[in-house]
This record gives sequence, C-alpha cells and structure tokens, in this order.
Amino acid sequence: MTTTPAADTVPTAAALALGDDALVLSHRLGEWAGHAPVLEEEVALANIALDLLGQARVLLSMAGDEDELAFLREERAFRNLQLVEQPGGDFAHTIARQLYFSVYQHLLHDRLASGDGPFAPLAGKAVKEAAYHRDHAEQWTLRLGDGTDESHARMQRAVDALWRFTGEMFQPVEGIDGVDWPALERDWLGVIEDVLGRATLTVPDGPRTGAWRAGAGRQGLHTEPFGRMLAEMQHLHRSHPGATW
Amino acid sequence: MATAAARDTAGSPTAYDAPAGPGDTDAFQRAFDAAVAADERIEPRDWMPDAYRATLVRQIAQHAHSEIIGMQPEANWITRAPSLRRKAILMAKVQDEAGHGLYLYSAAETLGVSRDELLDKLHAGRQKYSSIFNYPTLTWADVGAIGWLVDGAAITNQVPLCRCSYGPYARAMVRVCKEESFHQRQGYELLLALSKGTPEQHAMAQDAVDRWWWPSLMMFGPPDDESQHSAQSMAWKIKRHSNDELRQRFVDICVPQAESLGLTLPDPDLQWNEERGHYDFGAIDWSEFWDVLKGNGPCNEQRLSRRRQAHEDGAWVREAAAAHAAKHSDDTTGATRA
Repeated sequence: MTTTPAADTVPTAAALALGDDALVLSHRLGEWAGHAPVLEEEVALANIALDLLGQARVLLSMAGDEDELAFLREERAFRNLQLVEQPGGDFAHTIARQLYFSVYQHLLHDRLASGDGPFAPLAGKAVKEAAYHRDHAEQWTLRLGDGTDESHARMQRAVDALWRFTGEMFQPVEGIDGVDWPALERDWLGVIEDVLGRATLTVPDGPRTGAWRAGAGRQGLHTEPFGRMLAEMQHLHRSHPGATW
Repeated sequence: MATAAARDTAGSPTAYDAPAGPGDTDAFQRAFDAAVAADERIEPRDWMPDAYRATLVRQIAQHAHSEIIGMQPEANWITRAPSLRRKAILMAKVQDEAGHGLYLYSAAETLGVSRDELLDKLHAGRQKYSSIFNYPTLTWADVGAIGWLVDGAAITNQVPLCRCSYGPYARAMVRVCKEESFHQRQGYELLLALSKGTPEQHAMAQDAVDRWWWPSLMMFGPPDDESQHSAQSMAWKIKRHSNDELRQRFVDICVPQAESLGLTLPDPDLQWNEERGHYDFGAIDWSEFWDVLKGNGPCNEQRLSRRRQAHEDGAWVREAAAAHAAKHSDDTTGATRA
C-alpha cells in the first residue's frame, strides 16, 4: 500500500471489481457488530471487516474518489461478486461466505503479489490479511461441521446455499493480466474439498452458477438484498449533497 | 504481589487458603489494611476481605457489561457511516469496546467469577450497566457526542482507576484509558467537522450535544451525600475521588472544549466562579437518573433484549465449539483446534 500507481496506468474496471468485493463484504461483516455469538468473535469479525475496508479504500482510490464511488453509484454500477453481497444469515452462512471468499482472495492476491502489475503492492499486504481470514473461516468450518448435530446441519445448509455463487469468482476480471483462472479455480476447489472433508461436510454437487449467467456481479447484475444494503449504506451521505464529514 | 512487611508476617496468604482460626483472620486483615495504606496493589492470590471482593466483582462486572451494551448505540451507525474514513474509525472503536469487555471479564475472573456467570446475571437483570447506554443514537452526530461527552466522562472516571488498589483492574484500566482517549478525540473531531460544515450538519451536532450533556453529567453517579457505596470504596482505594469532584472536573474540561467546537451546552446557569476556581452549573434532574436506572429509560428494554437475543442466537455456535473441542481434546496435532 506504499505505492499507488498513476491513475492512467490503473485498469479501473479491475480496481472496482476487487475494491467492491472488499467494500461490500466489509459492510456485511459490520452488520454483526453487537450480535456475534461470543465476545471473541465481535473482535475477530470486526478485524476482518476493517482489513477489507482498508483494502477497499486503497482500491477505490486507484479508480477515483473513494466516497463518491462508495456512496454515489447506483446498484448496477457496482462490480462485486454476488457472493459477497449475500446477507449474513446465521453464523454458519457468514462463515461459509467467508470461507469461499477468503480462500479465493488468498489464492488470487498471492498470484497478484508475485507479479509486477499495478495491484502487486496492495496484494502483498492483502495476502497476509487474507491468510488470517481464511484460517479463521477454516477453523470455524471445522468446529461447526464437526461440532453438534445442529451445527453440522446448519453448516451443511450454508455451504450448499452459497455454492451457486462460487462459479463467478473464476471468470477472468478485465484488467487483471497474468492470472491463470482455470488453475486458480482448481486450487480453490482443492482447498475447499479438503476443508469440507475434514469438517465432515459433503461437498455440494449443484451447479456453481445461479440462474444468472456466471460473472453477473462483475457486470453489474446483483441480487435483491443488495439494493437494500446500498440504500442503508448510502442514505446519510446522499441526504447531504456536497457535505464533508 | 504486594510485599508489605506486615503481610510477610501473615505468611503470604492466598485467596484460596482459609485462615486457620480467628487469630489468622485478624493477621490477614491487618496485612491487607497495611498494603492498602501503603498504596500497594492487592493481587488475585492475596487474602482480601469478602466485602472488598464482592465490591470489586460488582464494579468490574458493571464496567464490563457497560462496554458490551455500549457497543449497541454506536454499532447502530456502522452501516450508515457517511464516509469510508468515518466507517473505519467507528468500526475500530466498537471493536475496541469488545476488547475492553474481554479484559474486564478477565479481570473479574481473577476474583473467582466466570464470564458466563456474569453474563447470566446481566441477562437476568441482576447486574447493571451504565445507564447512559439507555439513551438512543438518533442521528450521526450522536456518534460524535458519545465520543466527546460519554467517553470523556468515562475517562474522567477511569483515569483514577489506573491507581485502584486491585492490581488486575488497575492494569486493565491503563490500556482501556489509552484507547478511550483516542475515542474521545475522534468524537470531538467528528463534531468539529459537523459544526464547521453545512447549517444542517451544525444543527445536527448541536441537537446531539443538547441531548447528551445532562445524561453525561449523571454518569458520575448520585451526589456524594446520596452515594451508597462511595465511602467504603474510597477507604479501600478502589475509588480515589468522589462523584461530585469528578463531575466538577469534567464540567471544567468541557466548557472550553464546547467553545472551541462552536457549540453551546444546554445549561443557562453555566458560568465561571472566580472564587471557587470552577464552573458553576445548574441542578441535575436526579429523578430522571433514578427513573432510567430503574429500567424506564428510552432504550432499557431494547438494549437488554438485543443482548439476550444475541446470546440465545449464538448458543448453538458456543455448543458446537465446546463439542468440537471435547471430540478433539486428545488430538495431539492440534490441527483442528482453536
């Protein structure tokens, strides 16, 4: 995060895609504040949310003004994955969402960090954060999957329900060069199968895309809960046009 | 561990060693009194009077509960924060409060009560939290007013606790106070931005200060002559200054800060008293204080219900973590352990 490339060398679409993923998931995690199942998780979920928000601010600033981009864009202009906009649901859904995303983000940033593209400086820091997020999600997947009958059933429902949002993670992102997306997908599947297996969970066998064609979030097609999320997030900022905070 | 010579004669008693006879209790009591008189710290394994222990448990638990209930009014604005910078600051602040809750429950555990026990008492309404959190956060400016006034009052109360006679509590307060001081500054800075912003933002800031000023003054507790626990706590050096002294200190700090903010405090009687060297201020409506304390504040029901709900919703998660740990308790690899 020490160097920000000059604006004309930054692929804006890619900065928005990665920045929106981080912004939206951070917001969803922030919804847990005061409602986590145990005090240690208040701290952990907030930590992850803060890391993601920090990443989002760097990435959105590469594409323009962070607040204009966060608060003044319409729903169809957001480029995040549909996975990250899914509501928290129960704690199992939050963990499944985090597991799927953090493993993806860890693998992707690891590749970006080792390249010399405009995202390498950010990815160098984000890969360390994502490693912690991934470990946190894996540990909870194991506890919930291999905990009680109830937690096992809830965790299985969550990994099943979110499975159909995982396919679009591997659609190439415009402006990100040098990533072998099919290889990324194979690596991701390998990790997820291993974690779910150790957690005594069944790897879902349904399609990994929904009714929308894969890559829909990246093209600005989102799910219904996202509009309400943005309405809440943007309301105050939009109510005072031109104000500084 | 305190090392007063008087205590050495008592043979390093611990909290878990019952005195052998009445003579020993007297020796322990003398050693304890000497340590307190010498401004030494009482540590968990030191002998202490039952009433001292009970007072500390009550106070530390109330403090811990205040941290976690206090997350609610501010978390109310995380999803609506008007800039990404403010959102990051607010999330970090609410996270700090969870962290303070953790240190404080740990400090209470050194006195022999578990976090679960204390949470059960909170949920059953048998232990209190600070009444200030029974007021609602109606606008974004309330986040600033809480930082400036509520955290400011908390610091005024808590800085002397860094010298409290009970070691674990005093040490927890050193860290808490450092973070609270950051919270107070962010609240002030947030209000300053609003006060110097658009007319609507300025009005929002003034309205928030108008609503939070008097409840903040009540945070110091009832006047000295009506305070139930004060005298004994002062003697034990758990408390170092009286409620009224601390309240006056807070008013004296806030008046010039309000002027710098370009905001007014809602008290027509507020004026400098040359003779006393302090600001005089108007009469506090103590009937409101007692009313909120009894459960009739604007948010008492909401705060406690939400806390209970979070606890109930999380029960299956805690049970799963315990079941998983039990299954893997002899798993020497530790690969699947927390």
